[in-house]
Amino acid sequence: MSAHPDLAKLIFGRLTLDSLPLHEPIVVITFIGVAIGALAVLGAITYFKLWGYLWREWFTSIDHKKIGIMYMVLGFVMLLRGFADAIMMRAQQAVAFNGSTGYLPPEHYDQIFTAHGVIMIFFVAMPMVTGLMNFVMPLQIGARDVAFPFLNNFSFWMTVAGAMLVMASLFIGEFARTGWLAYPPLSDIASSPDAGVDYYIWALQIAGVGTLLSGINLLVTIVKMRAPGMTMMKMPVFTWTALCTNVLIVAAFPVLTAVLAMLALDRYVGTNFFTTELGGNAMMYVNLIWIWGHPEVYILVLPVFGIYSEVTATFSRKPLFGYASMVYATVVITVLSYLVWLHHFFTMGSGASVNSFFGITTMIISIPTGAKIFNWLFTMYRGRVVFDLPMMWTVAFMITFVIGGMTGVLLAVPPADFSLHNSLFLIAHFHNVIIGGVLFGLFAGIYYWFPKAFGFRLDPFWGKCAFWFWVTGFYFAFMPLYVLGLMGVTRRLNHFSDPSLQIWFQIAAFGAFLILLGIISMLIQIGVSILRREQLRDVTGDPWDGRTLEWSTSSPPPPYNFAFTPRVHDHDAWWMMKKHQYQRPIGGFLPIHMPLNTSTGIILGGLSFVFGFAMIWYMWLVAALSFAALLIVAIAHTFNYHRDYYLPAEEVSRVEALRTELLARHV
Amino acid sequence: MSAHDEHAHDSHGHDDLGIHATFKGYMTGFVLAVILTVIAFWLVMGHVFDKSSTAAVFILGLAAVQIVVHMIYFLHMNTKSEGGWNMLALVFTIVLVVITLSGSIWIMFHLNNNMMPVLDPSNLP
Repeated sequence: MSAHPDLAKLIFGRLTLDSLPLHEPIVVITFIGVAIGALAVLGAITYFKLWGYLWREWFTSIDHKKIGIMYMVLGFVMLLRGFADAIMMRAQQAVAFNGSTGYLPPEHYDQIFTAHGVIMIFFVAMPMVTGLMNFVMPLQIGARDVAFPFLNNFSFWMTVAGAMLVMASLFIGEFARTGWLAYPPLSDIASSPDAGVDYYIWALQIAGVGTLLSGINLLVTIVKMRAPGMTMMKMPVFTWTALCTNVLIVAAFPVLTAVLAMLALDRYVGTNFFTTELGGNAMMYVNLIWIWGHPEVYILVLPVFGIYSEVTATFSRKPLFGYASMVYATVVITVLSYLVWLHHFFTMGSGASVNSFFGITTMIISIPTGAKIFNWLFTMYRGRVVFDLPMMWTVAFMITFVIGGMTGVLLAVPPADFSLHNSLFLIAHFHNVIIGGVLFGLFAGIYYWFPKAFGFRLDPFWGKCAFWFWVTGFYFAFMPLYVLGLMGVTRRLNHFSDPSLQIWFQIAAFGAFLILLGIISMLIQIGVSILRREQLRDVTGDPWDGRTLEWSTSSPPPPYNFAFTPRVHDHDAWWMMKKHQYQRPIGGFLPIHMPLNTSTGIILGGLSFVFGFAMIWYMWLVAALSFAALLIVAIAHTFNYHRDYYLPAEEVSRVEALRTELLARHV
Repeated sequence: MSAHDEHAHDSHGHDDLGIHATFKGYMTGFVLAVILTVIAFWLVMGHVFDKSSTAAVFILGLAAVQIVVHMIYFLHMNTKSEGGWNMLALVFTIVLVVITLSGSIWIMFHLNNNMMPVLDPSNLP
């Protein structure tokens, strides 16, 4: 290397052996643990000869159901990483008192809170929301796949490439130390010259391509591919919320791409968009990123509102109360979400007129949201409520989310925000709505649709353990933060000098420990459920006595979803079909036109990872080569005309006959 | 894909109510686009206005007209194409762009007034 410094620099850029964090014992131990775990998993896959199966049936699959499941797996794996960050922070803050500076040095601690935020939003919540929409929505509208099946696979692998870049930053170099939105001037090249912010930029840009394309894909699917008879006002509420979410994705994500591109230009080629030189203004970055950032909050929560609507109606054995008002509330939230972004920076100094406008619009948003809460309550009112796991999470959501919503309205008052801004009160508030709203809803959705995806239910005992650990853990972890925030404790602090605060941090750490038990219960639950899958088997395809079309097909659904495209006459299409003694067709099947698997998506995702990594470390040669390869593979794929096939009618008949036999055996 | 082939025609077929892609349509669009571009070019190169800000406003106006020309003649959009979805998407986009631009200008104007350091004291009112 020393003999050819120029050559080494051309190939490796600024990446040297010193970039490996060998001097940080915590990271080295983590790396050893992760390496052993990864080797064990890879070894097991090789030993059981699963590579071919995974490649053929999953990685190259363009079936929306399998891609949806892969998104959920990605989200769950990243949840483990994001939670590891969380519990490290809680432990640090619980012990760093009375002169102790805790076990995490500041530069490491700053990376952890940044990584925690980035991972939880972009690589846990987003993949899980996208995964559920991917899996459920085409089934709900009676479609056989999404509009662009290959694009779907490509979007997923771009998201994975982004997640891999964040994970790589743990062991090669460092992650950003700027907080999850990387405000300049801290994220400028002058203040953060290392590779951390570049990891942040390229991970989000690459994953952002996937998110945007998947948004377009699902949007077109809903607009163009609904079953005959399903007019807009007969769509299931989850599909409605998915529609609005994807509209928000398509409208908001280009802003994030643009603002990160400008930050990248500032860092790479010395432009001055967000510096204080030559007319640049860092406040513009804050303005732009929140034009994306506030709609992003609704991108996460709207589909989850859809999940609660489906779950509440199903488990109350009643049609959803106020369907039309639910739809209008969703659409109103979609538009209003673009009118509130300034409430994230009331204190930056826009003055009274601007602050009062955005304070009022923020408070107005609570009206449609409140209408939704009442609709769910009225759906439960006089219903025969069945407290299975999805419904339990929904009730926990209603209580928790109302608290989070009310603290949100408190923060919407600009004078109050001046004392609460960037305090732990804010941290408690947004965890209250994101855990109590988004995450609880994702769990409700996972328990609700798991039998549809895999053909067996998740074990209820361990599910209840997980539920109670999570919910009590949440309250223990975040209620103390409200108290601390009101006492004026600000966020992102590494250690404290006032010993009277310690007890609250210890309670919060206890809450995080309870949540850890909740996550462990979930892992046990998945294992136990796989072992007990015969007892938990769902043979009917309709384990919860559901109302929408996804429950009319088998569990798991056949690759073509529906042998015949259903016809829709009313809301709750499957409920009406059941009421009118619907007879499943058992003959007269036709060949079905299906898309073929392709490996182009995973190849493009892998090349994007290489390109991003090369850009981060200034490996210009590798970056140019991988970018050229990206273009060549993408263009070559357009010449691939071998993209579809017809599933023969005999195969459809065989699959459907198996289901007829199964149904007859379990009347 | 497959589902699209089957029932796209039932619910959303006959989308092609928009202007058909004809040679005449493309030529009209092309000529209009060229004229609009030439005017903008002439405004700058001929120093038609004394103040450059006036020229900028005129060019922005021409750009807006240019967008409409492209949408009608090249993208074949009208109020009925794609069952009205094009129009709806366009209105939504315009609403968002107007909110984003006017909001950002409003916010940044106030931030600039309130927060930026005064470098030259003689500019103080």
